[in-house]
Amino acid sequence: MTAPLWKMESPRSYFAKALVDTGRRNPDVVVVGADTTESIKTLDFGKVFPDRFFQLGIAEPNMISVAAGLAAAGKIPFAATYSVFGAAHTYNVIRQNMAYTNLNVKLFCSHAGLTVGPDGATHQINEDIALMRGIPRMTVLVPADAPETAKCVHAAAAMKGPVYCRFSRTNVPTITSTDDDFAIGHARVLRDGSDVALIGCGLMVARCLEAADALDREGVDARVINLATVKPLDIATIDRAARETGAIVTAEEHTVVHGIGAAVASAIAENHPTPIAMVGVQDVFGESGEAEELLRKYGLTAEKIVDAVHSVMKGRDRP
Amino acid sequence: MVDVSEATIDGLKKKAVTLRKHIIRMTHNAQSGHPGGSMSACDIVTALYFQVLRVDPANPQWPDRDRFVLSKGHACPVWYAALAERGFFPVEELMTFRKINSRLQGHPELGTTPGVENAAGAEGQGLSFSVGLSLASRMDHKSWRVYCIMGDGEQDVGQTWEAAMSASKYGLDNLTAFIDRNGIQQEGRTEDIMPLEPLAEKWEAFNWHVLTIDGHDFRQIFASIEEAHRTRGRPTVVIARTVKGKGVSFMENKIKYHGAATSDDELKLALAELEAQEAAI
Repeated sequence: MTAPLWKMESPRSYFAKALVDTGRRNPDVVVVGADTTESIKTLDFGKVFPDRFFQLGIAEPNMISVAAGLAAAGKIPFAATYSVFGAAHTYNVIRQNMAYTNLNVKLFCSHAGLTVGPDGATHQINEDIALMRGIPRMTVLVPADAPETAKCVHAAAAMKGPVYCRFSRTNVPTITSTDDDFAIGHARVLRDGSDVALIGCGLMVARCLEAADALDREGVDARVINLATVKPLDIATIDRAARETGAIVTAEEHTVVHGIGAAVASAIAENHPTPIAMVGVQDVFGESGEAEELLRKYGLTAEKIVDAVHSVMKGRDRP
Repeated sequence: MVDVSEATIDGLKKKAVTLRKHIIRMTHNAQSGHPGGSMSACDIVTALYFQVLRVDPANPQWPDRDRFVLSKGHACPVWYAALAERGFFPVEELMTFRKINSRLQGHPELGTTPGVENAAGAEGQGLSFSVGLSLASRMDHKSWRVYCIMGDGEQDVGQTWEAAMSASKYGLDNLTAFIDRNGIQQEGRTEDIMPLEPLAEKWEAFNWHVLTIDGHDFRQIFASIEEAHRTRGRPTVVIARTVKGKGVSFMENKIKYHGAATSDDELKLALAELEAQEAAI
């Protein structure tokens, strides 16, 4: 399967630039970090706004609670680090200090998923979407590419309430345009189709588009949906896809346990039961390797999406 | 300067007895909750709410108010009692504590109870939250200050020390922390569960200005707060030596009353003791 010639871009770079932009527009925006600020480029914000930037060391629980305190006094804090530390080490702090309080803390985490690469399983969190979408009051965002990561920063800063946003360390194909509309809670249909709906998030959206091209060559008309907001879930768009195609395949760089596949499955089970297959990490830990090698080894490819489409369509069409 | 005249101190002592009576009644009525640690912190909370904190019960969200953060959230009966007596909500509402549909949750909830400034219950988060508030006050060149009460059990929690490091890194002299050093946590004496001593030296090593006082002596409480206000460039921690269950003889220093309410008979005895204390002031 040949991938289209998409530009490969860094979500972190767009994230960092968007932070500085939103910081320029709004003096209440502040940034807290945890000894990963150079790596995830929040230091760029710190250089422009040294008085609004707090380096708190390898102490993520403290980082989240400090952000919550800043938010309680009217600031709009962006807490940012690697996903495994920001979302997992801190779970009860996020729950009690950020979500139960409904405070205006924006937790933006890079290095989510397998594509962290050679650092191995300790750093490859494939469970953060599951953790975050289980917390009441949380908004959970998974941008499809670098430009959409920037849009998530602006949208998060503009809304009130706690937000979790996760993106990859690796450069990812740019499939959206800076002119595309983006709204939290709105799943965007990137390609229309009536035989099957491919619902992806993060870098898997590009693979859904690749799979749709391959399916097109077989005469299968696949709809592709970018589920950039995992919570609140755009139930209307998912329902319509279920109703109009009758077969769904989800794709995520995340465990299939309580990820977007599970979110979509429970929504359609309640509203419009439809055969569904989930492409994602199969309840296992990752390992060291290059990003692309890992995606292949763990079955996060366009080919696997096509295979899943074949099996889910067979399930639907069986008399 | 805080007024430490005899009449003022007597008034505060009476107020503290009133709060203790509320604590006993609230936890008895709920037949749950944490009276022991509420009563040990009672004199510090009384001193703050009735003499120190610049707050406005008619406008709980007044932006320039001082912030009080109760990190040891299980001691919220004393907070609710102080807020009610200070006029943030009706005193009668105290009896809804821990009941269904109440604004007075078993542990503090932000946004529900007028005057409550943080959510707490899971231990060890309040000092970090206070650091965030203190940074915000300083960024905005405000004069409002932050007061945080921690439990001594919370000194077990790693995040407490993460917060301690960050407060001294940023030289937060607008932050005053109290440790309610009653020596007892849920399952026993702090020194048996997880030895804390030398506690003052630990905080000194974290670059805090450290004071040790009798946490039931109003003049010492006020002196420590004034010293904290005078201290520049460093946060102050006041290790307040207290008695768990203070004010009711059969509850004092008893591990049981960390998380147990009084029985009907004990309620009568406790209230009788507190009333006798009130009459003697």
